[in-house]
Amino acid sequence: MDKTLPDLATAVAGIEDGVTVMIGGFGGSGAPIELIHALIDRFLATGHPRDLTVVNNNAGNGHVGLAALIETGMVRKLICSFPRSADPVVFTERYLAGQIELELVPQGTLAERIRAGGAGIPAFYTPTSYGTDLARGKPVEVFEGRPYVQERWLKADYALVKAHLGDRLGNLTYRMAARNFNPLMCTAAATTIVQVSRIVDAGAIGPEAVITPGIFVQGVIEVPNPAQEEDLNRAQARYPEVAQ
Amino acid sequence: MTAKLSPTQIAWRAAQDIADGAYVNLGIGFPEMVAKFQPPGRQAIFHTENGILGFGEAPPAGQEDWDLINAGKKAVTLKPGTAFFHHADSFAMVRGGHLDVAILGAYEVAENGDLANWSTGPKGVPAVGGAMDLVHGAKRVAVITDHVTKDGKPKLVKHCTLPLTGVGCVTRVYSSLAVIDIEGGRFVLREKLPSLSVDELQSLTGAEMLVPAPPADLIVPEL
Repeated sequence: MDKTLPDLATAVAGIEDGVTVMIGGFGGSGAPIELIHALIDRFLATGHPRDLTVVNNNAGNGHVGLAALIETGMVRKLICSFPRSADPVVFTERYLAGQIELELVPQGTLAERIRAGGAGIPAFYTPTSYGTDLARGKPVEVFEGRPYVQERWLKADYALVKAHLGDRLGNLTYRMAARNFNPLMCTAAATTIVQVSRIVDAGAIGPEAVITPGIFVQGVIEVPNPAQEEDLNRAQARYPEVAQ
Repeated sequence: MTAKLSPTQIAWRAAQDIADGAYVNLGIGFPEMVAKFQPPGRQAIFHTENGILGFGEAPPAGQEDWDLINAGKKAVTLKPGTAFFHHADSFAMVRGGHLDVAILGAYEVAENGDLANWSTGPKGVPAVGGAMDLVHGAKRVAVITDHVTKDGKPKLVKHCTLPLTGVGCVTRVYSSLAVIDIEGGRFVLREKLPSLSVDELQSLTGAEMLVPAPPADLIVPEL
């Protein structure tokens, strides 16, 4: 078994129009910038994929990564908790112009919906959002005297994930707080593609150190020294670079 | 115009109630300041939604590691005993009743403990983050806020008019003028600035305050 992929273009080649793509990260931390940019490259070359539904905690920052994916016009709908950032202009303009749909989900509910999707649990009850606008139309049930809101699982066709080390079996570790949504998204997508800083031999990640077991991973691509969204934004980078 | 506490002073006051060893989540922005004012000899363990327990303060400029940030996307540091975890575990800590205190900002707090702090109405782009989760599960949910809005209207009200973050969730308010508990669906005055009479404070508060005992003086150092 070897889940390693030869290059970024191959890694994103199967993503079709109209699918749901979970993209890991919290802000720039844990965001698979190179996989996102490879998807943009494919769109610019072929016109596909488009009409994507993207699941991410945020809505991009500046003009790289997720913001660039939105700016390129590939995203029809975003499911997120916090579509604000230091520079949210790309999403904000499209949203206010009615060009992109937003499903706003409380952050813990978003995490648990993804967890439930990966765990085969179609619905669950949470105290979060009870009595608020975000609970409108959702079933409410009382348990032990307290009201809870029913939420549904969230699943995806693809997950694009950033991890730290990976082996050919798809076992993964994460670096610091870049873990965030990434391990959950690995479980909830039919096809999970992971960029890792280094591919190591099977066994090099100790069994007790594996955070995501390879069963949740379909493809691993090595991206040494991955870009940090924050660094790109401080350098005022744009993707793709605009020809002047 | 009455003297009032600065945001830094409100944060200082809130920090005095955090016990040694407490697990604490501070909302992004103004509440983050509470961490600076832990009383000597007490160590709280701070939780951030994006998956860190026990992080330290901001690093010097130029030494940021962008994989080590808090919920406000600001760089933080490691301390001995720091732990990382994924988002579902992070919110298990929140909703599961494992946090001792959450300290949040507010647009409005109602006398029954309803909180509005995520949306000022239908204009613009809505964003909720972890606010609706944080108000459920922490043993104490405290708010730090100016007592009135910029144009002088009470932020402590009978009923919230802005979209709710949570129902009946706030247990204590640290304002720029007073410390007020919420008990049995009522505001209960505990401390107030010595320069302010109870009547003056009541006139700046949008629902009746109970005053079961003479309020203590709210005394905060110059910061």
